[in-house]
Amino acid sequence: MSQKIKGAEALIKALIEEGVTTIFGYPGGAIIPVFDCLYDYREKLNHILVRHEQGATHAAQGYSRISGKTGVVIATSGPGATNLITGISDAMMDSTPLVVITGQISSAFLGTDAFQETDVIGITQPVTKWSYQIRNAEDIPWAVARAFYIASSGRPGPVVLDFAKNAQVGEMKWSYKKCNYIRSYIPVPEIDKAEIVKVAEMINNSSRPMIAAGHGIMLSEAEEELLKLAEKADIPVTNTLLGLSTIPSDHYLYKGMLGMHGNIGANYHTLDCDLFIAIGMRFDDRVTGDAKQYVAQAKVIHIDIDESEFDKNVKTTASIHGDAKMVIKALIPLIEKKSHTEWLDSFKSCDEVETEKVIKPEIYPESEDIHMGEVVNKISEATGHNAVLVTDVGQNQMLSARYFKFNHTKSIITSGGLGTMGFGLPAAIGAKFGAPERTICYFTGDGGIQMTIEELGVILQYGIDIKIIILNNNFLGMVRQWQELFFNQKYSQTPLVNPNFKMIANAYGIKAEDVESREELDGAIERMLNNKGSYLLNIKVEEKGMVFPMIPAGHTINELMLNSTEKYIKQ
Amino acid sequence: MDNILYTITVFSENRVGLLNQISIIFTRRKLNIESLSVSPSSIKGIHKFTITTYSDQETMEKVVKQIEKRIDVLKAFFYTNKDIVYQEIALYKVPTNKLLEEENLEQIIRKHNARILEITKEYTVLEKSGHSEETESLFNELKQYGITQFVRSGRVAVTKSTIEYVTDYIEEQKSRKDKMQS
Ligand SMILES: Cc1ncc(C[n+]2csc(CCOP(=O)(O)OP(=O)(O)O)c2C)c(N)n1
Repeated sequence: MSQKIKGAEALIKALIEEGVTTIFGYPGGAIIPVFDCLYDYREKLNHILVRHEQGATHAAQGYSRISGKTGVVIATSGPGATNLITGISDAMMDSTPLVVITGQISSAFLGTDAFQETDVIGITQPVTKWSYQIRNAEDIPWAVARAFYIASSGRPGPVVLDFAKNAQVGEMKWSYKKCNYIRSYIPVPEIDKAEIVKVAEMINNSSRPMIAAGHGIMLSEAEEELLKLAEKADIPVTNTLLGLSTIPSDHYLYKGMLGMHGNIGANYHTLDCDLFIAIGMRFDDRVTGDAKQYVAQAKVIHIDIDESEFDKNVKTTASIHGDAKMVIKALIPLIEKKSHTEWLDSFKSCDEVETEKVIKPEIYPESEDIHMGEVVNKISEATGHNAVLVTDVGQNQMLSARYFKFNHTKSIITSGGLGTMGFGLPAAIGAKFGAPERTICYFTGDGGIQMTIEELGVILQYGIDIKIIILNNNFLGMVRQWQELFFNQKYSQTPLVNPNFKMIANAYGIKAEDVESREELDGAIERMLNNKGSYLLNIKVEEKGMVFPMIPAGHTINELMLNSTEKYIKQ
Repeated sequence: MDNILYTITVFSENRVGLLNQISIIFTRRKLNIESLSVSPSSIKGIHKFTITTYSDQETMEKVVKQIEKRIDVLKAFFYTNKDIVYQEIALYKVPTNKLLEEENLEQIIRKHNARILEITKEYTVLEKSGHSEETESLFNELKQYGITQFVRSGRVAVTKSTIEYVTDYIEEQKSRKDKMQS
């Protein structure tokens, strides 16, 4: 006979059954029984106490994105739960597997506006893959097993389990079985062989093909297959923001990032290609600009695990519904060995213009002021391009995505779909827990860091090592950039008066330096990287720096701006 | 593109909160739900939603895929009126004394194939099933007697197709389950 245990313990045991080792959370009244039990299991489950529940979700995201495991979050009811919403939405947009457990008042009081009661299921349904309220202890194994299965399979995403207090203290007969089947849910569809044949033929018949590799490559661990396909058919590969690092930056077929602030060659060739092969990406408007005109001249192949993405934003010629790794594997034998020398060479003229007009002035500036791209480039080089890039949102995000280089996959953690300021610091902390052996470089703006700056407390408490680089322009830079370009330089509510970041870091026991001039930069970077333990650089950068190239929102690649006054004209 | 009336049918597990999940998808796409009916389907444990909305084919394709993406939804379909046999039911409450004054009452009831469900001294309740134009037309005819209450159900529909996709789907899933667990 299986023994009877309390619901709270059943939850903990279920987490252990699912292979969980690390949890990010924050306690409160409606979840105390679970924390009480966590204490007894502290040898097996490492609970990281954040300083704000939003931080817990982003930390779990960082943890998941670097490790491929499902991130786990625990918080209390009411305000604890509502504080999670930003991170849950972010994980939904960026397909990150999370299991989020919220305490809830006893089911007998549900609907009575009891103290710290919130309709968590109602609030989270639109921003989760699945959400479920556990109202009695017997339900726990079923619900937890299902939650992990749903969060991590198919197109991953966040799942919420709202855990009523009576179910935490109620007793149940313990037994556990992992879930691998749900009647109404087919996470990995069988691949349609006819579509594979058709798509292979399209690839073989194309003369100017290009690949757009997204986050899906990372999620299905299809990096090797992607390279094999690209090399065999000699196809240039571009990345979305979240797809960065799926192919090494120095690979001869890698042609850069797509989108608003992406590379000229990558973007411009979407106008010239005859076949656009989108894998594990979703044609976000920050990639496409005006979606109606995007790759309109080309045939479009879309490979994705989420059928609802097909034809959602851009019309496809053929689509294959399936796991990227399995699909590419099935394609490779049917692909003819090819060489597209002329097509590949045609990227060069774009690259040359970009190097001269954009890249050089950004990373080797002639002005006295330090540029963001310059800092990013130096740190990427100093780490041998082996570090993990974590970004916040804004100019710092776009410039670090542009100038950081990657040797290894799963090396970028950034908030793509939701663009959440404040994402970076907790995500960097979570990433360190997910891959303690890797160097974590977290770039942020002076605005973004202040959105979740309280998480420095986690660094203090757990003594972890992340490198914090504030690219400080005393502005909400990206908004200021739009104001400069499109709102007559009216800098409405974008100048910031900032605190002394060095003193704040010191108060949390973190070594820090202010960097005000170029001469100090190399030394400071070296000291930061050589330091055992976290280190913060507050780097004063050009106040009115800009991110270029830029395709203004809703426009086409023909409107690509090289700088504030010059448009790109193809040579 | 001109909007026409579409009928969407959704088959789901019988789980709390599904109606909310489905209706959110319409809200996000700014689609107004014209009518809605939910009931157990012919298959045990499976619920059927029948929803009508004015839209276009492309939007319907996207909406149905997004509905199917919800974990507890088995299948969703969309149809135009020619693909389905559909029906609504309407109830009319009319003051009895007014009806009794009407010489052609019999003709009205016959013409519309209406039924009388209850007669009291104060009121009479009539029932009619049909397409909305038909229930509407009886409404217009009874208006002169002062209708005190009127209600129309959501549309219910069955397909004209000879293939039963949901039954097939459930069969397929059974064999998938056997494969997974062997
Ligand atoms: C939570 C949140 N609020 C507001 C925004 C809008 N926003 C996007 S970028 C940006 C400016 C960011 O400024 P800063 O953090 O200083 O970074 P910079 O752009 O200067 O690198 C703002 C306000 C956002 N993305 N997220």
